[in-house]
Amino acid sequence: MENSKKNSLSARELSIGYGNKVVAQSINFSLHPGMLCAIVGINGIGKSTLLRTLGGFQCKLSGEIMVGDIKLEEHPPSSLSKELSVVLTEQPASKNLSVQELIALGRQPYTNWLGTLTSEDRNHIEKGLDAFLLKDLRQRKCHELSDGQLQRVLIARAMAQDTPLILLDEPTTHLDLYHKVQILKMLQQLAHDQHRTIIFTTHEIELAIQLCDKILILDGKENPFGDPCELIEQKHFERLFPSEMVQFDPNTGSFRVNKSG
Amino acid sequence: MYTAKPYRLSFVLLVVALLFSWLLNIGSGSVDIPFLEVVASLFGGKSGVDSWEYIIWHYRIPKAFTAILVGGGLSLSGLLMQTLFRNPLAGPFVLGISSGASLGAALLLMGASLLMGITSFSFLGDVSLALAASIGSFLVLSVVVIVAQRVKDSMALLIIGLMFGSITSAIVSVLAYFSSAENLQRFIFWSFGSVANLSSQQILLLLGIVTLGIVFSILSLKPLNALLLGENYAQSLGISLKKSRLLIIIATGLLAGGITAFAGPIAFVGLAVPHLTRQIFDTMEHKVLIPAVFLYGAILMLLCDMIAQLPNSANILPINAITSLVGAPVVIWLLVRKRKMIF
Repeated sequence: MENSKKNSLSARELSIGYGNKVVAQSINFSLHPGMLCAIVGINGIGKSTLLRTLGGFQCKLSGEIMVGDIKLEEHPPSSLSKELSVVLTEQPASKNLSVQELIALGRQPYTNWLGTLTSEDRNHIEKGLDAFLLKDLRQRKCHELSDGQLQRVLIARAMAQDTPLILLDEPTTHLDLYHKVQILKMLQQLAHDQHRTIIFTTHEIELAIQLCDKILILDGKENPFGDPCELIEQKHFERLFPSEMVQFDPNTGSFRVNKSG
Repeated sequence: MYTAKPYRLSFVLLVVALLFSWLLNIGSGSVDIPFLEVVASLFGGKSGVDSWEYIIWHYRIPKAFTAILVGGGLSLSGLLMQTLFRNPLAGPFVLGISSGASLGAALLLMGASLLMGITSFSFLGDVSLALAASIGSFLVLSVVVIVAQRVKDSMALLIIGLMFGSITSAIVSVLAYFSSAENLQRFIFWSFGSVANLSSQQILLLLGIVTLGIVFSILSLKPLNALLLGENYAQSLGISLKKSRLLIIIATGLLAGGITAFAGPIAFVGLAVPHLTRQIFDTMEHKVLIPAVFLYGAILMLLCDMIAQLPNSANILPINAITSLVGAPVVIWLLVRKRKMIF
C-alpha cells in the first residue's frame, strides 16, 4: 500500500477566519488517499469556514495547508480543479439543468475551450450516474428532484471531476435518517474503492463514528484529530457540547439527553 | 455539457422560419409591392416598377438586415445577463447600458443646447447621435465594470446597475424638463427605436460590433456553462471569476450598447427571447442556446418590425412599443402557465 503513505490533504497549525476575526486556530490533521474524514463540532465553531478555507474559497489566516505535495495557494486554479472538487451547501444556481448536464459540468477542467466531451469524459459521467443510482433520473431537471436525489447528483458531479480530494459541506442536512446513511455509505464506498480522500462537515456524530476513518473535532481549543475509537477513549466527545444537557455514552457511541440535567 | 439531443431539426426549423420572416419583412411595407415581385427582384429578376426595385434594395433589405442584427444581438446579450446574474429577469439593460445610451443621446440632443446655447441641430447627423449614445452606454458600462472588480457578489452588481439606471434617467428627466420642444421631440423619436434608415457604413459598423460581441460570447462558453452551478462551483471548476465576468460584461456592452446606439432602446427582446427559446430548446447548454437565441431574436425582430411598419400604410409605429406589446404578455404567459420562470 504505497499509496496510503502519500499525503493528500494536511493542515499544520492552521488558523482560519475573516480579516481580524479568528474563527478557529491550531488545526492539525493529515489525510491519506482512501480516507473518509468527518469534521464535527457545535454550530458556529468554524466547520464551514474550515471547509471553505480548504477549498480555496477564502484565505487562511496563518499556518499551512498542503494539497498533495504542494501548498494550497501555490496551485494555479486550473490545476487545483483537478486536485479538489467540492459539494457546497448552496443549491445549483440553475435548477433547469438536467441531471446529466449537471454531472457533465464536472468534466470542465478536462475539456477543450468549447467544452466538448470526449468518450473518456462520457465514461466518467456514466460512472457517476451508475455509482449514485441516477441512471433512471438522467434526463430529469434538478427542480424535479428530492433533496436526497439532488445531493446524490451533486456528489456524482464531484466524483466525475475525478479529483483525488473531495470536500463536502454538510452533505446530509435536510435528509431523513435513511438517506443520511445512504449518502454516507456511498461516500465511504467512493473513498475506499477509488482511493479518494473525502472530508465533510456534519452534525451526524454518531453516524460519523460508525462510518469514518478519521474525525476532526473542532472544539475551539486543541481540535483533536484521530480514529473515532481513539477519540472516544480519550473522552473527546464528552466535552463536545458545553452543557450537561446532552451526554455521550462511550459504550454505544451515541448521545443521549440527560433527563436530570 | 451533455445535452439530450443535438437539436438539429429545431435548428433547421429556426433557419427556415428566419428565411420566411425575412421574406415577409421585405415583402411588406408602406408601399404595396406584390409578394411575387419582391421574390423576383430578390432573385435577380426584373420587377415591374423601377421604384419598387429601389425600395427593396435600398430600403427594405438593409432594414431587414439591421433587424436581424438588432434582434439577435439583444437576445444574445439577454441570455448572457441571465446566466451571469442567474436571474430570469435580467436583461441587457440591467447594467444601465440602455440608460447610459439614453443619457448620451439626451446630452447631445437636449444638453448641448442648454449648455452651449446651440439651438439648431441640423449639422448633427444620425452618426453623431449613434456616437453619443455609444459613448454614454460605454461610460456607464465602464463605471459598472470598475465597480464589478470590487464587488464579489453578482446580485450586488445587478442592483448597482439598476441604481445607475435610475441616476441616468433622473438626469435625462432634468434635461428634458429644460429642453426645447423641438429637441425633446428628437430625443423621444430616438427613444421609440427604429431599425430603419441606417446607412450602409452604419450597418457595417453595427455588423462589426455584433460580430465582436458574438465572438466574446463564444469565448465565454465554458464559464457561462459553469456559472449555471453558481459562482463558487464555477471557481472550483478552475474558472477565473473576475476574468470571465469581465468578458461577459464586455460582450453584453458591445451587443446591447452598440445596438442601442444605432437602433434606440428596444425593450423586452433581450428579456423575453431567452425564455421563449428555452421552450423549444430544453437545455441549458450555451453551445446550443447562443445560436438558438440569436436566430429566435432575429425572427422576432423581423416580425415586430413588420408589424411596426403597418403594411400598406404610411404610418410607422414605434418599434419599442411593438416589442413591449409582444414581449410583456409573453413573459406574463410564461409565468402563469409554468407557474414560475425557471432559470
